[in-house]
Amino acid sequence: MTDDKDVLRDVWFGRIPTCFTLYQDEITEREAEPYYLLLPRVSYLTLVTDKVKKHFQKAMRQEDVSEIWFEYEGTPLKWHYPIGLLFDLLASSSALPWNITVHFKSFPEKDLLHCPSKDAVEAHFMSCMKEADALKHKSQVINEMQKKDHKQLWMGLQNDRFDQFWAINRKLMEYPPEENGFRYIPFRIYQTTTERPFIQKLFRPVAADGQLHTLGDLLREVCPSALAPEDGEKKNQVMIHGIEPMLETPLQWLSEHLSYPDNFLHISIVPQPTD
Amino acid sequence: MPASVLWAVDLFGRVYTLSTAGQYWELCKDVQMEFKRVSAATQCCWGIACDNQVYLYVCSSDVPIRHREEAYENQRWNPMGGFCEKLLPSDRWSWSDVSGLQHRPLDGVELPSPHWEWESDWYVDENFGGEPTEKGGWTYAMDFPATYTKDKKWNSCVRRRKWIRYRRYKSRDTWAKIPSKDDPKELPDPFNDLSVGGWEITEEPVGRLSVWAVSLQGKVWYREGVSHPNPEGSSWSLVDTPGEVVQISCGPHDLIWATLWEGQALVREGICRNNPKGSSWSIVEPPGSENGIMHVSAGVSVVWAITKDRKVWFRRGVNSHNPCGTSWIEMVGEMTMVNVGLNDQVWGISCEDRAVYFRQGVTPSELSGKTWKAIIVGRESDRSHSGSSSSLLSAGCFFGDEVRGSGTESAPSDTDASSEVERQGPEQPFPKESLDDSRNLKGSLSKGPEASRNPEQNMENACPAESEGKAPEASSADECHGPASTPAELPWTNIDLKEPKRVSNQPAAGFPETTGLSSLGPFPLGMEEPYGADDHPLWAWVSGGGCAVEAGSVLKWFTVQSGQSPSVQMLSLSITPAQTAAWRKQIFQQLTERTKRELESFRHYEQAVEQSVWVKTGSLQWWCDWKPHKWVDVRVALEQFTGHDGARDSILFIYYMVHEEKKYLHVFLNEVTVLVPVLNEAKHSFALYTPERTRQRWPVRLAAATEQDMNDWLALLSLSCCESRKVHGRPSPQAIWSVTCKGDIFVSEPSPDLEAREHLLPCDQMFWRQMGGHLRIIEANSRGVVWGIGYDHTAWVYTGGYGGGCFQGLASSTSNIYPQSDVKSVYIYENQRWNPVTGYTSRGLPTDRYMWSDVTGLQECTKASTKPPSLQWTWVSDWYVDFSVPGGTDQEGWQYASDFPASYHGYKTMKDFVRRRCWARKCKLVTSGPWLEVAPIALGDVSIIPESAHADGQGHNIALWAVSDKGDVLCRLGVSELNPAGSSWLHVGTDQPFASVSIGACYQVWAVARDGSAFYRGSVSPSQPAGDCWYHIPSPPKQKLTQVSVGQTSVYALDENGNLWYRAGITPSYPQGSSWEHVSNNVRKVSVGPLDQVWVIANKVQGSHGLSRGTVCRRMGVQPREPKGQGWDYGIGGGWDHISVRANATMVPRNMSREQEAHGQGPVYC
Repeated sequence: MTDDKDVLRDVWFGRIPTCFTLYQDEITEREAEPYYLLLPRVSYLTLVTDKVKKHFQKAMRQEDVSEIWFEYEGTPLKWHYPIGLLFDLLASSSALPWNITVHFKSFPEKDLLHCPSKDAVEAHFMSCMKEADALKHKSQVINEMQKKDHKQLWMGLQNDRFDQFWAINRKLMEYPPEENGFRYIPFRIYQTTTERPFIQKLFRPVAADGQLHTLGDLLREVCPSALAPEDGEKKNQVMIHGIEPMLETPLQWLSEHLSYPDNFLHISIVPQPTD
Repeated sequence: MPASVLWAVDLFGRVYTLSTAGQYWELCKDVQMEFKRVSAATQCCWGIACDNQVYLYVCSSDVPIRHREEAYENQRWNPMGGFCEKLLPSDRWSWSDVSGLQHRPLDGVELPSPHWEWESDWYVDENFGGEPTEKGGWTYAMDFPATYTKDKKWNSCVRRRKWIRYRRYKSRDTWAKIPSKDDPKELPDPFNDLSVGGWEITEEPVGRLSVWAVSLQGKVWYREGVSHPNPEGSSWSLVDTPGEVVQISCGPHDLIWATLWEGQALVREGICRNNPKGSSWSIVEPPGSENGIMHVSAGVSVVWAITKDRKVWFRRGVNSHNPCGTSWIEMVGEMTMVNVGLNDQVWGISCEDRAVYFRQGVTPSELSGKTWKAIIVGRESDRSHSGSSSSLLSAGCFFGDEVRGSGTESAPSDTDASSEVERQGPEQPFPKESLDDSRNLKGSLSKGPEASRNPEQNMENACPAESEGKAPEASSADECHGPASTPAELPWTNIDLKEPKRVSNQPAAGFPETTGLSSLGPFPLGMEEPYGADDHPLWAWVSGGGCAVEAGSVLKWFTVQSGQSPSVQMLSLSITPAQTAAWRKQIFQQLTERTKRELESFRHYEQAVEQSVWVKTGSLQWWCDWKPHKWVDVRVALEQFTGHDGARDSILFIYYMVHEEKKYLHVFLNEVTVLVPVLNEAKHSFALYTPERTRQRWPVRLAAATEQDMNDWLALLSLSCCESRKVHGRPSPQAIWSVTCKGDIFVSEPSPDLEAREHLLPCDQMFWRQMGGHLRIIEANSRGVVWGIGYDHTAWVYTGGYGGGCFQGLASSTSNIYPQSDVKSVYIYENQRWNPVTGYTSRGLPTDRYMWSDVTGLQECTKASTKPPSLQWTWVSDWYVDFSVPGGTDQEGWQYASDFPASYHGYKTMKDFVRRRCWARKCKLVTSGPWLEVAPIALGDVSIIPESAHADGQGHNIALWAVSDKGDVLCRLGVSELNPAGSSWLHVGTDQPFASVSIGACYQVWAVARDGSAFYRGSVSPSQPAGDCWYHIPSPPKQKLTQVSVGQTSVYALDENGNLWYRAGITPSYPQGSSWEHVSNNVRKVSVGPLDQVWVIANKVQGSHGLSRGTVCRRMGVQPREPKGQGWDYGIGGGWDHISVRANATMVPRNMSREQEAHGQGPVYC
């Protein structure tokens, strides 16, 4: 018998095998070997690539090293998106391992935010958490927490400690028993085909008539283009954590179980692979 | 919380029930009769029907209501014919009652009413004081009356034997007329009001119910002898009143209020256990002189009233000591009646719309509640109606309603029968010929509301409005006998007559526009639902005496949305299980595939984040290991680290100071065997055991500042322990379950070497993890069926979840966790000493015990200072005298003795200088866990058949036996892995109440009666689950057995003095065995498993640091040829109360079993 709690574990321990290669134009003193790593899906690139940075810096002259950034098939990778989301959105149909190119030069200022230190990641992560709780509980839960609880959430993510993180995070996933779910579902829908970075709207988990909203309801409401027409063939995949949940899945359940640690459901709409 | 029901009567006299778990009013199963009044208790409902006769509706149950009739056959010896029926002229009757004074021939014993039937013929009782007698059941004495012995002696001149026959109450789930065979002169005139209550005055086994009734002439009657085993009672007796009574209300406890015709209230005083009728009346004046009281309703500590101007009043300060209360408070709302149910919850019927309102927010601290909330759920009949109704029918229906309004408007003029007219409202449109038939028609209502409705509506359509005027006359003449002769100004009509008038006006007034609409053109489809004829039932009476609404619980009575038909809503509310399974299954499946895809070939890759050590620190208190033992403040740190293989381990450090020097002790969590919460009124503490600490009987004890803090630590440590032992999720079906004396539940996964012959795992190394919930008894079976019994005797079945209670978040499963509650009593003793001047007083000798103490007398316990056992518990009752103490009590609950401490008896003698009485107070705990209630029968014991792991058990049902809290033996039908709760109980008749039952692997059922005798049930098999008859097994000499446990072939029993007995001489042909052999003493509980392994809970187990009570022990050296084994292996304890090893059929390793086969098995008879 599988319990819903196992889903949390599976989500947390999702890993993407990645091959980091130094960009060909980077100047090196000696040849830089590719670097292989299992990246946690729920974490952030700049949080888990200390080893990568160290590896390639060894091959480079000190003065050529500036802020590291990553790129996949020409697209700079936003460090403030969770890794799993980046992979699902950009690379889900390609073969593993995921080939990421490492850059130290020509930081793409218009595409990426600077990440001077891990504090920037922490600040970004915590602000997402707060935004999510504002949607879910009018910020009541996150505001009632102590500073050390906030720290434990962040340390849990940083150290990849599932139980440490969830010991606190479960409080963010609760809701009053008389309600049928959160106030609004924190979600973001990403598409590669549009200019807009993502779609985010207010959406309740339960309809006015008491019926539970499903993933399909959400997409029909905020992103109808993602759905296949009634008779037409399926053009897009709706992906969270590398899987395609059925459109009948209740949104509330998804929010409780398939949210990223920042408490958002990051949903990727990617074109259906042709083969 | 099991569902209970609210009873109500609509204006047409139809009786409906509404379940606390339901969303529809259900028409009462037996619809032969229309009712004016109903008054409900949990198991039954009394009512006054339109014929003014009293009816009783006893709800069906798997346990029959049975009553034993007894008669004695007396014989005297004479030299001629030996013992014979010829007695001396001075002797008693040859057939008599127990005293011998009453003649009682077997064929003269008759059933008391047509609602009873005989269970069997007369037979001789061969059980004499717990011991089997010689054949024939004769007991001997020198002469009548005398003490009888079962052995015939030289001087035995007389003998007697007892004949018994059971009768069974058969009129269940139906309205049974209470026979009035009283003296015609005393015959009460037609009844007008009735109220039941008083069930809390006496506890089981008395289980008395007070039934009070008011006649049309204003006299008050009390029904004598109503109790659970005698639901009808015996006779009506008149209770004098100072005036003409209109209405009466009897609370669950000792409150009885009535209203006088003049408008005052009457309050009955002096009601107690020994005098449930009370002794006198007091008068309470109405809130204002101009408007008298019209209606009252009493609860446990509240009284609500309605005055003649419909205002609602709450009586302040009402309780047992002051049944009159202090003052009236006016409440919001206008009601025609109110009714106080269980837990002092209140329902009312509004004047305005005749809807039933529920008083929200009634809690023990706020008895007057907050607001009235209308119960807007529809009726069952509406549900079937709404889905299929065509617009034509609905329009007709609507039209009919409009006509009905004007029809009833004329009704008040025929004053003599008006109330009946109202009740007959819906039938008015019937053509005359159908009126004669209306009884049959109503009979068909029970078959299906749909079927009967349509013809009715068609008739309404067909029936011209002009015939209306005559139809009610006819119906009243035909059908109402009683009230036809009563004058209209009789007070009770105030309630029933006046309001319908207003109500019937109301639709007429409210509808003109819509009527206009309907005459204008085709009736719009969308309009029909909200205004459908039956959408808004009009209620006349409501009774919540059987309806248990917990303060703060969520009801679904208020949520039907207007415009949406209930059936549609029902479907849309939840996703069907099949769909649920589909999306969830797919997510599980895809996640597994994803992990495979993304990780399988890349496991050699480096992890991006190195596993690091994580430390949680905090401040706790620690019970110092050395003298002086006391709580000292400590810092604690839990260090968790992960090895390269991914395995986790943790160490708990406890830092303390000795002489200003910092020291620490540490515990490896992979060595911890159990974490036990030890809650008491002062501290939130827990105990941590390792095998070594178990042997020492000295755990590490830690206390936290708050309950939350303790729960956090407990959950974290427990999770760490489980992780280091890789224990996760649902326990296996073979798991060993146990319960501590605090009601905490623990479960242990048996390793294969737990029951090995050699190199077996010492049982102090077993790892126990806690499961949420609160139980007293737990029993399991190797197919995963687990049942438990709470302290309040509620039966629970395991749902397959884990966690709950203080285990939240990751330590708990998402589904299968439900709220659970338990109730137990706290007892204190009032002690008194006699002195020649003042008699018994609470002034003792200086050497005496405290005058208010615990049972030992060593601890002072006053009513004020005694607190619930821990902060988890809250009081739910006041202190009351406990009469059910062993040894018996006098009328006031006192027990007498010559001195403290001594054996007490329930009557005073010359030599008794001290006395005591026991006070009890109930407290309640609310928690959660993987348990669902198996309602409604409360249990005392349960046993599930043990099965060996390889048994081809799949498919057939799992045998489960139980003993109810009243001592009935029950056999559960339909229990399987998929339906562990089973379907229903099969009652197994016994001649006396039982205490314990156990079923062995080969369907050997053994049981112990409350008198300490043992029984074997013959011929139990899968095809004959209840077997055929009981065989009385003599107990060990001079011992009263209390518990029995049957394994594969072994039978063990316990007696009240803690001796463990093995039943010797059991063979396939003689399953009853031949004798009891003593095995051990100091045993509290025994559990024999499917491998015939014997585990007990033992007292007085010596450890290196102390003695422990309640220790889990395993019998060593149990082998087929030596089933009694030798010596004990000591496990976890103390403080353990119950263990079940009956699911563990994990076999010894292969080579062992072959050896075993070579030696040949012991006596096996399956």
